[in-house]
Amino acid sequence: MTQQIAVIDYGSGNLHSVAKALERAGNCKVQVSGDPDAIRQANRVILPGVGAMGDCMAGLKHRGLDELVLDLIGRVPLMGVCVGMQILTEFGEESSGVKALGVFSGQITAFPKCMVAVDDSALKVPHMGWNQVQKNAHPMWSGIADATRFYFVHSYRYADSEADCVVGVCNYGAPFAAALAREGVFAVQFHPEKSHQAGLELYANFLTWDGTC
Amino acid sequence: MGLAKRIIPCLDVDQGRVVKGVQFGDIRDAGDPVEVSRRYNKDGADEITFLDITASHENRATTYETVSRMASEVFIPLTVGGGVRNTDNIRDLLLSGADKVSINTAAVFEPEFVKRAADKFGSQCIVVAIDAKQVELNRWEIFTHGGRKSTGLDAVEWAIQMVEFGAGEILLTSMDRDGTRDGFDLGVTRAVADAVTVPVIASGGVGNLDHLVAGIIEGHAQAVLAASIFHFGRYTIAEAKACMHTAGIEVRL
Repeated sequence: MTQQIAVIDYGSGNLHSVAKALERAGNCKVQVSGDPDAIRQANRVILPGVGAMGDCMAGLKHRGLDELVLDLIGRVPLMGVCVGMQILTEFGEESSGVKALGVFSGQITAFPKCMVAVDDSALKVPHMGWNQVQKNAHPMWSGIADATRFYFVHSYRYADSEADCVVGVCNYGAPFAAALAREGVFAVQFHPEKSHQAGLELYANFLTWDGTC
Repeated sequence: MGLAKRIIPCLDVDQGRVVKGVQFGDIRDAGDPVEVSRRYNKDGADEITFLDITASHENRATTYETVSRMASEVFIPLTVGGGVRNTDNIRDLLLSGADKVSINTAAVFEPEFVKRAADKFGSQCIVVAIDAKQVELNRWEIFTHGGRKSTGLDAVEWAIQMVEFGAGEILLTSMDRDGTRDGFDLGVTRAVADAVTVPVIASGGVGNLDHLVAGIIEGHAQAVLAASIFHFGRYTIAEAKACMHTAGIEVRL
């Protein structure tokens, strides 16, 4: 069955890439839209996000889409990407404090300054590039090897890598959450649409995921 | 185990064709940018950089169209630079499918532009390109206009200022080395990489795979950029990665 995917457009980021990657990943029809009615008609929804968490949250609220996202949870499978994952948590310390949607407990904080690698070299922020994800059991990881590399670019992260909702862990200076999940929601800090084959596989899994953990 | 060092093939694009000049002269044709980027994507490139080297006003539409075609087929990050002068240019490039934009000359003429761009689009997509030339021992200055005009600005101080203004990454090109195949200027690479808190991409002068290794190990760069060694088939991206891996550098294989 052709999946009807809505990529929520609230004025953030590179939606073109997300849509193209989904279309490449499998049989689906993608609509990039900020229209609540159009989004409600989809049987799967992507919440993307690029840039500052405060701007993303404001953009979502301005269009009245914050309520819609909360309403979709449990009705259709929802996938958050990058800042789209971050705004599903409770709070972000970026832009002098951002109250977020609270779908997941926990908050988003900055990478500490002056982190060092095992060889004592300084770790740069943003955390930019291909890093490995240790996966916890979840159907969305089907067919993806443990320690697969995905493309990250971010300066803030979900630091509590041992929280119950964490289903993927990355390490940069210290462990942090690469993926969060609960019933009906799977969210990643990295960019599947920029993660070559591994990212396309993850999107392909999303197209068939039934929403269970 | 952790973050991999990146290999970034660079496409210098002139009127819709990939070209490669030697110290900004003697241009050779290296193909269609979409074809070339598709090949690099398949070969395991970690990102692609697209530099619109003419960047004339009438050329912009071609650039947006080419970027859009590339972004539809290439699922790795794409940085686009050349003639980025205002936030409208940035918005149009991001909407075309660029993930990051590279600001060069415009930053020199109006540093505040970098601040505005980072505030509006986020530091993660603002790369500041620095063209540096050695002027004396351990001093490099910023040059504009393809290395023809001196600005008197110290490259290291400039890089620090650009990061304060919101640059999320520095693309550092040695004008002395660009096109020579003599290897990166490791002095300026290390000086800048050690001075800033954001990732630095070393560029200019790669002639063999050992140069890539040196850029990371001796230059302390987080990524290495090269053009002609890949375009003309001398080495593949996979060979470059294997060489770096053998040298103990963490790469995405």
